[in-house]
Amino acid sequence: MKRGYLLALLLGASTVTLILIGTKWPVPSAAAYAGGESLLRSSSTPEAAAANLGDEIRMQNWDRAYASLANKAQFTEPEFVHDITGYYPSLRTYATLENAEVFPLHESADDAEMRVKLHWSTVVGTYVSTRDLHVVRNGDRWDPEWPIVKEPIVPPQVIAVNYLRWDVIYRGPGDDWGIQDVEAPHVRIVDMHPVERAEGVVILGELLNEDVVPAYVSVKATLLSKDQSPIATEGSFDKISHLLLPKQVTPFLIDFPNVAMSEVGSVRMVPSSTLVSASADPVIEIEDQQLNPAPGASLTGQLINQSGQVVNVAHVLGTFYDKGGQVVWVADEYIDQALLPQAPVPFEIHIPQDLASKVSSQRTVVATYSSGGSQ
Amino acid sequence: MRVRWALLIGGLAMAMSALAIAAGESMNLPKTIEAGSSFSIQTPGSGNATLYIVGTGQVLKRDVQLGQALFFAPGSLFNAGHYLAVLVGDSFTETGAFDVVPAGKPANLTFLAKPSRLPVGLHDGITGAVYVFDAYRNLIAAPTSVAFELSSPSGTVQRRILVTRGGAAWTDMDSTAQQGIDKFVVRVGEISSTRVVGQVPGDPCGLKMTAQPSGRQIHLVTDAVRDCNGNAVPDGTIVTFTETFNGSQSTIDEPLKQGMAQVTISAHNGAMLSVASGVVMGNQIRWEK
Repeated sequence: MKRGYLLALLLGASTVTLILIGTKWPVPSAAAYAGGESLLRSSSTPEAAAANLGDEIRMQNWDRAYASLANKAQFTEPEFVHDITGYYPSLRTYATLENAEVFPLHESADDAEMRVKLHWSTVVGTYVSTRDLHVVRNGDRWDPEWPIVKEPIVPPQVIAVNYLRWDVIYRGPGDDWGIQDVEAPHVRIVDMHPVERAEGVVILGELLNEDVVPAYVSVKATLLSKDQSPIATEGSFDKISHLLLPKQVTPFLIDFPNVAMSEVGSVRMVPSSTLVSASADPVIEIEDQQLNPAPGASLTGQLINQSGQVVNVAHVLGTFYDKGGQVVWVADEYIDQALLPQAPVPFEIHIPQDLASKVSSQRTVVATYSSGGSQ
Repeated sequence: MRVRWALLIGGLAMAMSALAIAAGESMNLPKTIEAGSSFSIQTPGSGNATLYIVGTGQVLKRDVQLGQALFFAPGSLFNAGHYLAVLVGDSFTETGAFDVVPAGKPANLTFLAKPSRLPVGLHDGITGAVYVFDAYRNLIAAPTSVAFELSSPSGTVQRRILVTRGGAAWTDMDSTAQQGIDKFVVRVGEISSTRVVGQVPGDPCGLKMTAQPSGRQIHLVTDAVRDCNGNAVPDGTIVTFTETFNGSQSTIDEPLKQGMAQVTISAHNGAMLSVASGVVMGNQIRWEK
């Protein structure tokens, strides 16, 4: 009993001591997160200056980040903030910076070039944006220059839009059960096959809205073993364009991690569709689509918003085919900036290294979201 | 000792009641009653009793002067099904059973027509199923003659005369070649029910575009897009224009407007222009200028 009291006393005393030490001499990161001193180290090297800027951006300490720039005379602080968070609401606006990696490109006695890779986290996953900073010596310290990218200015104008819009009235709760309801759109899987990858089995395919009304679509797949017992069921989640206008085709990809193809006897596919209100606007042109070979195989191009409304989030889905026209991969990219009318925005979808040589052609579709309306 | 006497007396009383019921006449219950119709039950003996009628979704309780007929007004029992009648007197209980059957005259139809929208020219593409009910929503299981009639926008009419089985009848009809609204009617005697079925155009057929220079760009416009039966494909249908040039590709998904789709795309000498809608390919144009 006595030993128990002693142990409790010892633990209590240790805890109080550690709290006192932590309060008096906190580690820098803890102090920074608690809103005290920043994490920043002295900007005595170009790397440290670039890293400090990354830390200020991560903490959204815009005043200090802007103050640390050597070229702040070229733009205002709001312009600097908008360059990072987006001029219009977009994926960037709601992203938080996880960390910034700094890679020296070139260094001399008075200036240096640093590549900063900014790792952002968003609701749709992570993305990386890269900026090359010019860092200049200023006495015994280094100051970064921010490579500002000013948002293109859309001239004031009126753009007449007369695209179709579909509205739906469903049956009411008081209607008799025999009363007709609006028919769900007819959709069809026009291509599907499973592929074995290192991470597991992946189901690739394409879905067509063969109806004359818009459809909100999704696809579920169930892997069945050779004795027809289910192994796992997964959905396409966001690896699909959920809104399909009449005769529109979307690719889909369904992941089954940790499943080997040898276990799979057959696949049960369940496409589902719901009739939804939708608009045929905006129309997005996908220009200059290029398949770039390995290493770093990718599909690049640019999106041009042909409508008058700002598209806040664009999701680009690429379907890659082999010479026989069979789908070999589906990949996607969310565009982190808003699409302004007629302003081209580049995209780059990465193709897995081992599949790049098989890719012969591609088809790209864009799903869009505008905060002002449903699309 | 007292308890034993009490048990003995109680047992004798119950035995006497049972003997009385066995010796007496039983309730005069009808075998079947048509839903909603009036009926009467003749009770035996004399004295007072209570009659309970318990059935599907309905319970009736009546105080009875034994030896007299008990009348039930029209609409007293309206749910078809098997009913139990229990007559409870001071010293006896008597039970009996009877059925309430649907009224013979159809009064309501539930008509399911599917789909509400389908492409033109589909054999047996439209299904109609009807359930025949009486005025109290009881399914009439007796065979009943039913007439289905589908009128298409072109004026053609498809008719089927069927007899219900177990209260239901169903049929398949074809969608015709012309788009529009079909009127699907089912008739049973003097009552009918109508549904509408939309016949919509099928896939585009013979999709064709033309290209014209427009400054430094090319203006691509399709002919009026129609299906293989000549129906105009509805506005909003996506048409995909593709320009392939020097290993680079540009695509635009453009919805049909007033029956046609048109886009303006960058002009490249030697570019291959193609058009498609869904899984249907259109023509290709090689741009030379």
